[in-house]
Amino acid sequence: MAEAPDANVPSILSASRISKSFGEIPVLFSIDFDVRPGEVHAIIGENGAGKSTLIKILSGIEQPTSGSITYGGEKVVLPPNGEAAAMGIVVIHQELLLAEHLSVADSIFLGRELKSGPFLDLKAMRDQAKAILDTLHVSIDPDARINTLSVADKQMVEIAKAISRDARVIIMDEPTAVLSVAESRTLFEQVRRLTAKGVAVIFISHKLDEIMELADRVTVLRDGQLIATVGTENLTPDSIAQMMVGRELSNLYPPKREPDVDTEVVLSVRGLSAPGISDISFDLRRGEILGFAGLIGSGRTAVAEVIAGLSAKTGGEVTVNGEPADYSDVSKSVAAGLAYMTKDRKGRGLLLNAGLQPNLTLLTLKKHLKMGFLDGRSEAQALDRAVRRFDIRARDPSVQVGKLSGGNQQKLMLGKTMESDPEIVIMDEPTRGIDVGTKQQIYHIIAALAAEGKAIIVISSEMQEVIGLSHRVVVMRQGRMAGVLEGAEITEAEIMRYAAGIKQGGENERLSA
Amino acid sequence: MSVSVPDTASKPHKGFRLDLKTAGPLLALILLIILGYSLNPLFLGEGNVTNLLTRSAFIGIIAVGATFVITAGGIDLSVGSMAAFIAGMMIIIMNAAVDSMGASIWTVLLGIGCSLILGIGAGFINGFLTTKGKIEAFIVTLGTMGIYRSLITYFADGGTLSLNRGAREIYRPVYYDSFIGLPYPVWVFIIVALLGWVLMNRTAFGRYCMAIGSNEQVARYSAIKVDRVRTLTYILQGLCVSLATIIYVPRLGSASSATGVLWELEAIAAVIIGGTMLKGGYGRIGGTVIGALILTAIGNILNLTDIISNYLNGAVQGVIIVAAVYLQRGSFRTGRRAKKAE
Repeated sequence: MAEAPDANVPSILSASRISKSFGEIPVLFSIDFDVRPGEVHAIIGENGAGKSTLIKILSGIEQPTSGSITYGGEKVVLPPNGEAAAMGIVVIHQELLLAEHLSVADSIFLGRELKSGPFLDLKAMRDQAKAILDTLHVSIDPDARINTLSVADKQMVEIAKAISRDARVIIMDEPTAVLSVAESRTLFEQVRRLTAKGVAVIFISHKLDEIMELADRVTVLRDGQLIATVGTENLTPDSIAQMMVGRELSNLYPPKREPDVDTEVVLSVRGLSAPGISDISFDLRRGEILGFAGLIGSGRTAVAEVIAGLSAKTGGEVTVNGEPADYSDVSKSVAAGLAYMTKDRKGRGLLLNAGLQPNLTLLTLKKHLKMGFLDGRSEAQALDRAVRRFDIRARDPSVQVGKLSGGNQQKLMLGKTMESDPEIVIMDEPTRGIDVGTKQQIYHIIAALAAEGKAIIVISSEMQEVIGLSHRVVVMRQGRMAGVLEGAEITEAEIMRYAAGIKQGGENERLSA
Repeated sequence: MSVSVPDTASKPHKGFRLDLKTAGPLLALILLIILGYSLNPLFLGEGNVTNLLTRSAFIGIIAVGATFVITAGGIDLSVGSMAAFIAGMMIIIMNAAVDSMGASIWTVLLGIGCSLILGIGAGFINGFLTTKGKIEAFIVTLGTMGIYRSLITYFADGGTLSLNRGAREIYRPVYYDSFIGLPYPVWVFIIVALLGWVLMNRTAFGRYCMAIGSNEQVARYSAIKVDRVRTLTYILQGLCVSLATIIYVPRLGSASSATGVLWELEAIAAVIIGGTMLKGGYGRIGGTVIGALILTAIGNILNLTDIISNYLNGAVQGVIIVAAVYLQRGSFRTGRRAKKAE
């Protein structure tokens, strides 16, 4: 293992032999991690590898089950609830935590307002906010409301907030996931400015090229284990990817069974436009798995929600089995045999306070009516079937769904979607935030559904998943289709080229391929 | 593999919590009855029990409707003024009918029919404005509450609207007569409560109300017609108000701007005491019925004893409401603590 050039500087924040379990489920195994002043230390790993848990421990939000944290040379127990920010450890979350209606200056000083006597010293706060924003070389008006800013500007406000707190360690959780390439550049400049001042930056990202460019050292996590901490100069994107995945993909994904060329098209989309998307055209055949790849915010979910009748289109044609499909609400799309499984299982998919049974049957409650009344036995039978078919594990069916693990929630949501016995299934991020074992189960379920003759769209931000499952892949970029890939073209590099806008077009001749 | 952990500690705990939540209101009612009896044995005298049940019927019937509105995540503040308004309109219509065709059973039936139409219509207006108008239910029903209250004041010209003596004689039995020992209002209450329970627990509509109140987005993504179900809860509420008014009018045979004042708060209080969550998602009709009985029993006990002035009725009710909710929340908190300890 090679060391970064500034190896002699003592680390500002370090974790030693950190383990963490939730209940009896271990999520981190004896992790060593440290970051030095002036360094960018990247943490990478697949979803569920334990990155977010490690960050939570490093910022005090979670306490480790065992192991210790050293900060500024002293062993510490970090205070919970983000109070570590006052000690100089600041997290910039992916979902920026800013109050939308406050002004920029208010936000920067939120919780530590400057006062003159009992009153807020608005002028001093505005002046200081302006001074901090100036040092960042950004032109954001300190009086602007947060909700008028772009995501990139909001991030700058978060960084300004961190600086105003004299942060010594800044943890950035996938800051570029929602930024354009140009905005990411500006962010990198800020990060370099911070490190030049001696701030330590912990940087989480899925984008290997960014990490190669920005980080001094890289720590790779996989399934809660520390795989390696390596200086970036000794790494290639390939070697990182290998460490991240660390297993044969063929184990994870079931073999692909190409649908016959002459199977009928069940879903046909032509020139579809809606707020956030324009000119989307593709066909979906029976038995086919069509992947939708692209960066977050590229419009993939918007396409799915328009097709499923959750939002209105502004132009174009959608046909299901040759019939025009302008669904005004979800009940119509479900009746037509098209089901959409949301990516937001906690906010839109499941009633977290209810048990398994009401959740499973909510979409198809009409099937469980006997003379107009709910038939509890029929519902219980449906749950029995789903539990067996999708291997849903709960200690008892009355347990609140919110208390299930993410994987079991996802499987329950899959069961709920499949209860409507759809011909066409659109799955949005079907394995987000679940462990790798459950992922594998879900991949096999998806492949089995396709083999049964269901037509399936899989929207995923995990490129490996799209590659491992799909017969064809639509790559979206900024609300448009950047390209359609099939067969041997479906590679990470090729998808990335389209998703990042390096390569474009080529979709038209492949529309009906 | 993410097998959920069977932790032995939480099982008996959970059973206890469930008991406290469902049986809590019933326990409180039993304690109240024992207290009432020990303070004055007349409390359980036959006359007083029927009186108590009849009194609780108004609030109880309205509260059954409110249980649906609140379970689906809404609120209806207009029910008290709506009751006054409907009562006033019934009297005006019946008096006009007596003038033109004399007092008969048909006059009363006409009044009842109009009451049902007005209740359903008023509920629809509340529902339509909250769903299609996308205005918060609190604002909409605060507005309609003011409108109905001032309309009844206007129609009564600041005084009292009185039902024609002839019609009153025909209508009177609806409040004062009994069937197998129980006054008609109590029967109406029982039937409304039973139908409400079936609707809440044994039909798709009830399930949809809980789903919408629990998480509107999940409901929408689950093919539930959220606006339609929401509007129906307000219509149901209007219908319940109209039923309560139908049995209320023959009691005094009059309506004024003081009719139904604060009924909305008593109805909401009955719902909350019964264990339904104000933020929606969980509704209990049985609890609501008990809540209405508790509220009426408090007033009744104060009437029968001299320990606390009857003027403090509202204060005692207030204490009971806060205590009931505190107990329910308290059990939630232990639940959360247990989860953290996992």
